Amino acid sequence: MQTTFPRLMLAHARQRPGEPALREKALGIWQTLSWEQLATLVQHIACGLAEAGLTRGEHVVVIGENRPRLYATMLAAQSLGAVPVPLYQDAAATEFVFPIVNAEVRFAIVEDQEQVDKLLSVRGQCPQLARLWFDDPRGLRHYREDGLAPLDQLVEAGRLHGQQHPTFFFDAEARGQPGDVAAMFYTSGTTGHPKGVVHTHLSLLDRAAAGARFDRLGPHEEVLAYLPPAWVGQNIFSYAQWLACGYVVNCPESADTVTIDLKEIGPTYYFAPPRIFEALLTSVTIRMEDAGAVKRWLFRRCMDVARRVGPALMDQQPVAWTERLKYLLGEGLIYAPLRNTLGLSRVRVAYTAGEAIGPDLFSFYRSIGVNLKQLYGSTETAVFVCLQPDHEVRADTVGVPIEGVELRVDEAGELQVRSPGLLKEYHKNPQATAEVKTTDGWYRTGDAGYVDERGHLHIIDRARDVGRLADGSMFAPRYIENKLKFFPHIKEAVAFGDRREQVCAFVNIDFEAVGHWAERRHLPYTGYTDLASKPEVLALVRDCVQQVNADLAHDPRLAGSQIRRFLVLHKELDADDGELTRTRKVRRGPIAEKYQVLLEALYSGRTEQHIETQIRFEDGRTGMAAATLKLVDLPLQVPPQVPPQVPLRSAA
Amino acid sequence: MTSPGDVILEVRQLSLAFGGVQALSDVSFDVREHEIRAIIGPNGAGKSSMLNCINGVYVPQQGTLVFAGQSFSASGPRLTPRRMAQLGVARTFQNLALFKGMSVLDNIMTGRNLRMRSNLLLQALRWGPAEREETQHREVAERIIDFLEIQAHRKSPVGRLSYGLQKRVDLGRALAMEPRVLLLDEPMAGMNLEEKQDMCRFILDVNDEFGTTIVLIEHDMGVVMDISARVVVLDHGRKIGDGTPDQVRGNPEVIRAYLGTKH
Repeated sequence: MQTTFPRLMLAHARQRPGEPALREKALGIWQTLSWEQLATLVQHIACGLAEAGLTRGEHVVVIGENRPRLYATMLAAQSLGAVPVPLYQDAAATEFVFPIVNAEVRFAIVEDQEQVDKLLSVRGQCPQLARLWFDDPRGLRHYREDGLAPLDQLVEAGRLHGQQHPTFFFDAEARGQPGDVAAMFYTSGTTGHPKGVVHTHLSLLDRAAAGARFDRLGPHEEVLAYLPPAWVGQNIFSYAQWLACGYVVNCPESADTVTIDLKEIGPTYYFAPPRIFEALLTSVTIRMEDAGAVKRWLFRRCMDVARRVGPALMDQQPVAWTERLKYLLGEGLIYAPLRNTLGLSRVRVAYTAGEAIGPDLFSFYRSIGVNLKQLYGSTETAVFVCLQPDHEVRADTVGVPIEGVELRVDEAGELQVRSPGLLKEYHKNPQATAEVKTTDGWYRTGDAGYVDERGHLHIIDRARDVGRLADGSMFAPRYIENKLKFFPHIKEAVAFGDRREQVCAFVNIDFEAVGHWAERRHLPYTGYTDLASKPEVLALVRDCVQQVNADLAHDPRLAGSQIRRFLVLHKELDADDGELTRTRKVRRGPIAEKYQVLLEALYSGRTEQHIETQIRFEDGRTGMAAATLKLVDLPLQVPPQVPPQVPLRSAA
Repeated sequence: MTSPGDVILEVRQLSLAFGGVQALSDVSFDVREHEIRAIIGPNGAGKSSMLNCINGVYVPQQGTLVFAGQSFSASGPRLTPRRMAQLGVARTFQNLALFKGMSVLDNIMTGRNLRMRSNLLLQALRWGPAEREETQHREVAERIIDFLEIQAHRKSPVGRLSYGLQKRVDLGRALAMEPRVLLLDEPMAGMNLEEKQDMCRFILDVNDEFGTTIVLIEHDMGVVMDISARVVVLDHGRKIGDGTPDQVRGNPEVIRAYLGTKH
């Protein structure tokens, strides 16, 4: 798309001035800002910023929830050729220091007192930060800091400036080129400092438009913007695609009212990470448990039908007319009212991304008629790399490469992407840029994946975690662990197999879920260790592992990675014991070292092993946990029929 | 914090007895405009009785109450709760006074009742001026909902909310009167630490944003000392201390009343 963000905004204002661009709920009523009003606001802010001394190419920090005036600020900065840098509004003040210093930011526009306080507290470390404007003046009346002013003041200054120089804004805007830098996003680096991902108008808008064409999005979509604007996903969905399509973006009243606002707006295009979908489902489950017996029975019956028929109907596969009839009945009684309660009645396209989604969770939404799909992308690729087409949705793929995207897999199994949406560079970090961008213009994703015979991309694992079994077949530990963790009874799993004969696993039960399960069966237990060692629990976990193996057996590449032996650990893996990272990812190395005895027992074929482990309590004291663990064997499963092996190929 | 101005409320030698029980004896103090004034004391000290006297619920046998230049006493003009409300004094209750089955919004709207001019019939028909009036009142109520950050509960029945939130709604109902003086009866009672901190912030914000004078009764000394400008200490119906939190904290009689001493 050979244009810029401000140019698109002005085009909408010219062609459909009275149509709504943004809505925000204020004082209990949805207030609309039309494209024409938005254009005027942007013009005022831009003139105000120019008068304050903002120059072309300079970075401006924007911090806050999704607010119309903060969106206008980003557009205003872009109109002057400056680069908005959205930062996470829930980050700690110290986390702002690096981006502000790294991007040499002089001006910041923030939402409210909370953000002002945070920035003022780190001002000593960011001496070049000169001016600070805030949108919501509440609680800030008595602040007398240098350079601190309400956004209203900036708008007013800009309005006066605009009266004196009526052509200034349009001249400045006209100088913008599609290849100019449009925005910078800091990625939350797990190691070292975050990296500023630099994107141009062209890269963001090209992907936004490609995604919109893929799903036939138009100006009539309604979107609820409630995820952090600093996250590239939110920025693409409610900013880049908003301008590319000209649809309406709605800003919720506050973070607590999102579910209510969702229901009021009834978005047609929806985007959320799996945890949001999980929270919605949990609220349904809890409310159903409190319902009367008749309602519970009806819900259960209808959901059985939905699970059996719903996904097939979604994929337009043939379904028997009796089943169709039952589904229709369920639609009237349960599914449609449920979608309405969830605020998903009008959703035409919904996406989940960010992390792996459990197949049960995923198919729940599809079975009640929500067109939930998966996509693949990252900050560096301006999100859209692969999307699932309607009617071709599966829980274990992330879709097909969309227009403009080329994929290839290198010798080491790492997935590489080439598209017009790739990052320009990492800000002031040529070394990091060179690490991810090849000389011939491909981006290294760091993910291991492959394209299947139907052209769908499967993501297996982070490339550096993927190993090989002794017979040379691929071993992707995280893929297997995720499959196990999708079962509600399994909390954590650790798979071993790199350079070994077969795959073995440690499993952690979910104390709460298995505890409930045991109580319902009148199975007495004294605590975690006792519960984890019950033969009934071992059988329960064995069933889960067997299902995973059956899944793996279906995939010729991973059939060799079936879990042949496992044990249920006697203690929960814990970050305090150095077994998990603080973000709850298993640390395979330290675990293997610590439970060396168990690992040896698994691979030496023993059926029982005694172990004593030191545990660290939260207050720093240590204790000992001892148990004798049973080791469980599983048979190798053979798939019903082996599909022909298709060589890996790059998709056009 | 807004700087305190002239005296808005003065209590002169107030005494109140229920039969043979002397609830308050000869208590005098004043409250300045825009300040946060606390009344503290151990159980049974007469704090709530004091508040009820200011509010016009109890009529003291002796003493005078001067509010914004108008005097009230047992012998002179009588003070009634309605009169006090009209003068701009609102209060919250220790045990909450909300309509549990009504929504948060409706509860706050009840606080606007005194300021509604159209009659019941017009209101019932929502006709002409009555509708315009309702729109104005609704806007005030919405501003309060926004201020107290209870947007997510706007339509929820009050009875379903947590205790801490109900307290906040009670405060909202009192604020809806747009009072000059706000009487808070143990606003932090029964709350957990986080709810207490929230409540403190709202009290300070109300004082700062609207310049409302606040008189609050509290059992919990720690909280009071942090947010109030001046503190009155009652014990067994008598005033035993009056001054800034630091002065009160150092007062030996206050320490004795709270902690007890060896005789």
